[in-house]
Amino acid sequence: MSKKILLEHINVPGINTLAVYREKGGYASVEKALKTMAPDAIVEEVKKSGLRGRGGAGFPTGMKWSFLAKPEGVARYLVCNADESEPGTFKDRYLMEKIPHLLIEGMITSSFALGANSSYIYVRGEYFYIIKILEKAIADAYEAGWLGKNILGTGYDLDLYVQAGAGAYICGEETALLESLEGKRGNPRIKPPFPAIAGLYGCPTVVNNVETIAAVVPIVNNGGDWYAGIGIGKSTGTKLISASGHINKPGVYEIEMGITVEDFIYSEEYCGGIKNGKKLKAVVAGGSSVPILPAEMILTTASGEKRLMSYESLADGGFATGTMLGSGGFIVMDETTSIVQNLHTFARFYHHESCGQCSPCREGTGWMEKILHKILDGHGTIQDVDLLWEIQRKIEGNTICPLGDAAAWPVASAIRHFRHEFEEYVKNPAVIKEVKHYHNMHNLATA
Amino acid sequence: MSEIKFNDETLAMVQSIIKRYPEGKQKSALLPLLHLAQAEFNGWLSSPVMDYVASLLNIKPVEVYEVASFYSMYNLKPVGKCLLEVCRTSSCWLRGANEIVEHIENKLGIKDGETTADGKFTLKTVECLGSCGTAPMLQLGADFHENLTFEKVDALISEWSNKAEHSKYLDIDTFRKN
Ligand SMILES: Cc1cc2nc3c(=O)[nH]c(=O)nc-3n(C[C@H](O)[C@H](O)[C@H](O)COP(=O)(O)O)c2cc1C
Ligand code: SF4
Ligand code: FES
Repeated sequence: MSKKILLEHINVPGINTLAVYREKGGYASVEKALKTMAPDAIVEEVKKSGLRGRGGAGFPTGMKWSFLAKPEGVARYLVCNADESEPGTFKDRYLMEKIPHLLIEGMITSSFALGANSSYIYVRGEYFYIIKILEKAIADAYEAGWLGKNILGTGYDLDLYVQAGAGAYICGEETALLESLEGKRGNPRIKPPFPAIAGLYGCPTVVNNVETIAAVVPIVNNGGDWYAGIGIGKSTGTKLISASGHINKPGVYEIEMGITVEDFIYSEEYCGGIKNGKKLKAVVAGGSSVPILPAEMILTTASGEKRLMSYESLADGGFATGTMLGSGGFIVMDETTSIVQNLHTFARFYHHESCGQCSPCREGTGWMEKILHKILDGHGTIQDVDLLWEIQRKIEGNTICPLGDAAAWPVASAIRHFRHEFEEYVKNPAVIKEVKHYHNMHNLATA
Repeated sequence: MSEIKFNDETLAMVQSIIKRYPEGKQKSALLPLLHLAQAEFNGWLSSPVMDYVASLLNIKPVEVYEVASFYSMYNLKPVGKCLLEVCRTSSCWLRGANEIVEHIENKLGIKDGETTADGKFTLKTVECLGSCGTAPMLQLGADFHENLTFEKVDALISEWSNKAEHSKYLDIDTFRKN
């Protein structure tokens, strides 16, 4: 059975409204936290829960919170990262659209724990309809006294604002997000200093993903130990997975960490198997930035066990044999998929989204896109495949922010696991036309 | 040319948005203000419009230009009344985004990035919009149109052929008044 914690009430009619959300026990964590807990005690519970950031990197949330500097007389900020632009990822949008008060409740409880009196939710600009939903929910929360001055008579003040981005993937990177929130171009900052020391307006700041902040609500309600008891090993709790591509049932699923990848893809409860009874070819398990794995490797780890949906199991064996849970953007490709063509969509994406500060990323992403284009146009050579490999190696680890790595890994893994396909295209360009044609027909005919 | 100035309702919203940030940090309002400007001034940001936004925030015009040119949602050239933004990243591509783009190109007689001669439609391909599970998709104003088929696209185009107003990402009720 799927484990529903964040999405427990998702199908209750009207759960997007404050009234119904309250009926289902909403805002209990705010009552409990503000009236009965010291801020540090909340941080302790989050530490105990083992919760890891759900934005992609998986850093332990409690530890991150405990790094927050607390100089006297200086404001502290909590900023929610709702930029969600990682290709394949659409879980935060689902949560904000369906149950906006869960995020708002999490923002209040978390802001209290961190000693923030103004907090921001930075939402990618394309999600304007979500921004409208959040603004309405925030207005209702203010009216009911969950936000504003002297919340519940406890003397705690909190203002909560939504900030609209304007279409730039890089603004999901936390320091670029802060630059953007300050009204600038989204250029990542050099770290250190980390935001916990000098973040928004130079003040100590925590940046957390939507799902992370939402998870604080059940953790405060039920205790950190309870949360740590769900899941497997250091992958505690549940995770929202956005599933897309050639599957029968695309959508957002809440899973208990530790179910098998096989179950996730094939069981009726989740993806329901591959569309049209086709065979599985490859999976990108955690959003476009993580290595792509061929079918047999995504189902089985390096040590020969069934691979699990968890941080550790997906990464088993490092990049030679594993991948990452990342943001939980699970993209499934059937046997008809051209890996090279798919990679081209990713390369174009990273080229388009590079902020341009570092030459390896700015130049390298464009160069990789061009080479892939050349190969797909039927003019590629074996040297081009080797060149691709060399370029990605020169980007990885040589840039200010991890977008460079994110652009390199899909290329590296595609060549590592599917080199034969690149070579086939290069040696026999005629096959490309067939593949493209077949691919197109296949998708339209069965849409 | 008439003087560039927000209408009173928008101006009140501008003041309300500026209050969301600490004293002296009003530049943080730049992105939301540019969205308001684009919505009110025909779907794009001309230099005089950007200069006007700079004056509202008491910052230099160049600070506005460098921001406006960084983000893909700001149009620095006029666009058609209806801006069709079709996602073409992996998940959408896997489910037929290329065919949707081609269909629109054929139907409107324009290529990606172009505007029809009558100024009605602009086609723009964009990167992942977070509708990967309901691919293929396009954004039209604030609305996401998902699980696209040729029929759905045709219906949208005929609906917008007769509209006088501009498609836009936000309306005056989008933001909460603080
Ligand atoms: C290029 C890039 C894009 C990112 N996009 C997002 C995003 O859309 N949402 C998100 O929560 N984190 C994103 N991250 C990760 C953030 O930098 C940061 O680690 C995260 O918001 C921290 O929150 P968490 O600890 O709750 O995961 C991105 C990172 C990079 C390098
Ligand atoms: S790695 Fe790319 S996106 Fe990141 S700072 Fe450098 S140029 Fe910008
Ligand atoms: S790939 Fe098109 S919306 Fe994500």
